[in-house]
Amino acid sequence: MERKKLATIWLGGCSGCHMSFLDIDERILELASLADIVKSPVVDGKSLPPCDIALVEGSVTSDEHREELFHIRKQARILVSLGDCAITTNITGMRNYFRTADVMRNAYQDAASNDRVGNYPDDPQLLKLNDKVYPLHELVKVDYMIPGCPPHADTIFYVLSALLQDREPDLDRVKKIKYG
Amino acid sequence: MDKVEPKKILISPVTRIEGHAKITLQLDDKGEVSDARFHVNEFRGFETFCQGRLYTEMPTITPRICGICPVSHTIASVKACEMIQGIRPAHTGHLLRKLMHLGQNISSHALSFFHLSSPDFLLGYDADPAVRNIIGLAQQFPDIARRGIRLRQFGQEISERITGKKIHAMGIVPGGMSFPLTEENRKALLAWIPEVLETARIGIGIIRRFQEEHQEMVGSFANFPTHYLGTVGPEGELDLYEGNLRFMHADGTILQDQVPPEQYLQWIGERSVSWSYLTYPYYKPLGFEEGRYRVGPLARLNVASRMKTPKAQEEFLRFKAIGDGQPVHGTFYYHYARLIETLGSIEQIEQLLHHPDITSTDIQLHGRWNYPEGIGHSEAPRGTLFHHYVTNDSGQLQKVNLLIATGQNNPAMNRAVLEVAKQYVKGDALQEEMLNRVESAIRCYDPCLSCSTHALGQMPMVVEVYDAEGRLLNSRTR
Ligand code: SF4
Repeated sequence: MERKKLATIWLGGCSGCHMSFLDIDERILELASLADIVKSPVVDGKSLPPCDIALVEGSVTSDEHREELFHIRKQARILVSLGDCAITTNITGMRNYFRTADVMRNAYQDAASNDRVGNYPDDPQLLKLNDKVYPLHELVKVDYMIPGCPPHADTIFYVLSALLQDREPDLDRVKKIKYG
Repeated sequence: MDKVEPKKILISPVTRIEGHAKITLQLDDKGEVSDARFHVNEFRGFETFCQGRLYTEMPTITPRICGICPVSHTIASVKACEMIQGIRPAHTGHLLRKLMHLGQNISSHALSFFHLSSPDFLLGYDADPAVRNIIGLAQQFPDIARRGIRLRQFGQEISERITGKKIHAMGIVPGGMSFPLTEENRKALLAWIPEVLETARIGIGIIRRFQEEHQEMVGSFANFPTHYLGTVGPEGELDLYEGNLRFMHADGTILQDQVPPEQYLQWIGERSVSWSYLTYPYYKPLGFEEGRYRVGPLARLNVASRMKTPKAQEEFLRFKAIGDGQPVHGTFYYHYARLIETLGSIEQIEQLLHHPDITSTDIQLHGRWNYPEGIGHSEAPRGTLFHHYVTNDSGQLQKVNLLIATGQNNPAMNRAVLEVAKQYVKGDALQEEMLNRVESAIRCYDPCLSCSTHALGQMPMVVEVYDAEGRLLNSRTR
C-alpha cells in the first residue's frame, strides 16, 4: 500500500484536540509508519500539499480561517472535523450571542487591568474577525466528524488508523464517543 | 510609529491562508532595524461571552481557553469562585488539585522540551526541518523520544486516573474535588516515579551538555534584562499552585514581595496595541516603557529563593550560579528552568502520593454565593495567570478579566525578535539564519499561542521589512 499523507490543522480552537491527538502517546510512531505527517502544528508548519486526510480542529472565526478551510478542502481527499468546536462551534461559538464591537471593547478597552490608552488591534496584518463563528460543515463538505471536547485519544487513533488503511471507521464500535 | 501607512503590503496567498506567525521589521533612514513587531493573530473573546453566565460555570468554560494548560485555568477559576463564596477547599480536595496541577505542568513541559525543542539540540538546528521533530527524533534516538512521550503521558495520566479524562477534566470544583483518588490508582501512579525521575535527569543532561558546548550562543542569545514575576510560598520557595507574588527588578533587587494575588490590579497594567491581539502587560509602578517583565519557568526560578524538594534544589543552585548573584536573563535558559521545574514537580508528586490523606474522601465542601467579586490565580506552565470575576447578586457574571501567562511575556517576545533582527538583519537582506533565530527566540518562551500562530513545532513564519517611508522592501516566508 502506498504511504498516505496526513495533515492536522488548527483553526479557532484551544489546541486541546491536538493535545488529545498527542495523547495517543507512543502510537504516534505506529501512525508514522502508515503515513507521512505532512503538516501539523506538533511536527512541521510548511505549506499544505495535496493530502489524503486532514484533521481540522476548531471553528471558523475569521476571514483567514475561511480561506484556509477552503484551501484545506481543495488539498485534502478526506476532511475530518475534529472535536466539538469544528462540529458545533462549542465554546468558541458562544461569541455568536454578542456584537463583535462589544467583544472587542470588553477585551481591549474595558478590561479591569487595561490602561485605556492603547489602540484596538486593527493592523492590516491581523485577521479580521467574522461577526459569526461557523462550524466547518456550514462552509465546506466534511467527510467525518469526531465529537468530543476533546475527542478521546483512542477514538482519534481508531478513526485515523482505519482511514489510513482504507477501512470505513465504524463509530458504533468506539467506546468513548460523545459531545463534551 | 503610525506616521506612514505602508504603501504596499504583500503577503503571499500561502501565508495568508496557512496561519503563519507574522513579523514586520522597520528600518530607519540609515537602513538599520529600528523596530520589530510580532503580530499575534487569534482571538476568541472569553471576557465577553462569559457575561451573564453563572460564576460556577467558569471552571468548566475557562479551561477551553487552552488545551495545554487547562488545569491552571480551572485552578485559577475555582479559587476565584471560592473567594466569591468565602470558603476554603476541603483538605484532600486541596491535595488532589495540587497533584492535578503538577501533572499538567509536567506534561506541558515535556511537550515543550522533548517533542518540540530537543530535536533542535539532538539533531541539530541545521537538520532537515522535515525530520526535526519527535518522529525524526524517534528514528535516531528512540529511547529519548520514547521517554519524552511517556513523561508527557505520566502527567496526563494523573488527570485520567483521578477524573477519568486527560484534557478538560471535570471534577475540579469550588470547595475541592468531586472525585477521590483510589488506592489502586495511587499505586499505579507511584509505579511511574523512578522512570520519570530518570527521564527528567536525562533531559537536564541534554540541556546542560548543549549549554556547555554552545556557551557563546547560549550566553548571547536574546540576552536582555527584564523584570520578573513569579509566585512564592511564605519562605520564598517556588510554588506553582498557591502563594503570593514576588516582583524582581532586572538588577536582582526585590521590588515587591508577598503580594496577595487579589491585589494584582495595583501592580499590573496592560495596554492594547494595534498590531497584535495580545496586549502588552507591564509592572505599573515603572510604567509601560520601563515596566517590561517576564513570567514562566525562567522568571519563577529567578525570583524564588529555593525549591521545595532536594533534587530540584541541587539543580537550582547550579542554575543560580549562572547568574552569579544576578537574575539569569538569557532567554535560552528557559529550557533549563523548565526541566528543573519538571524534576521538582515529580518529586512533589511522589511526596503527595505518600501523603496519608491523599486517598481520603474528604474532598469537597459546599458554598454559596456570598460576595460579588472573586480573583483567583495560579502559575500556569508558561507563567502567572489571573482570573477576575465580578457578579451580580444572582451570581451572574457582569465582568470578566483574564490575564494570561503568554500575554505577559509578549513584550519580551517582541523585544527578543527585535534583538535578533538587529543582530542578523542588515539592509533589506533576510537570511534563513535570521528566520531560524527568530523562531528559536520565540520558541524559548514556549508560547502557548493557542492565541496565535497555531504552530507548536516548526513555526511557519513570514517576515517583512519596511523602509522608513513604509515601503515594503523584502518579504520572506517559510
Ligand atoms: S473541541 Fe474542546 S478541546 Fe477541541 S478545540 Fe474546541 S474547546 Fe478545545
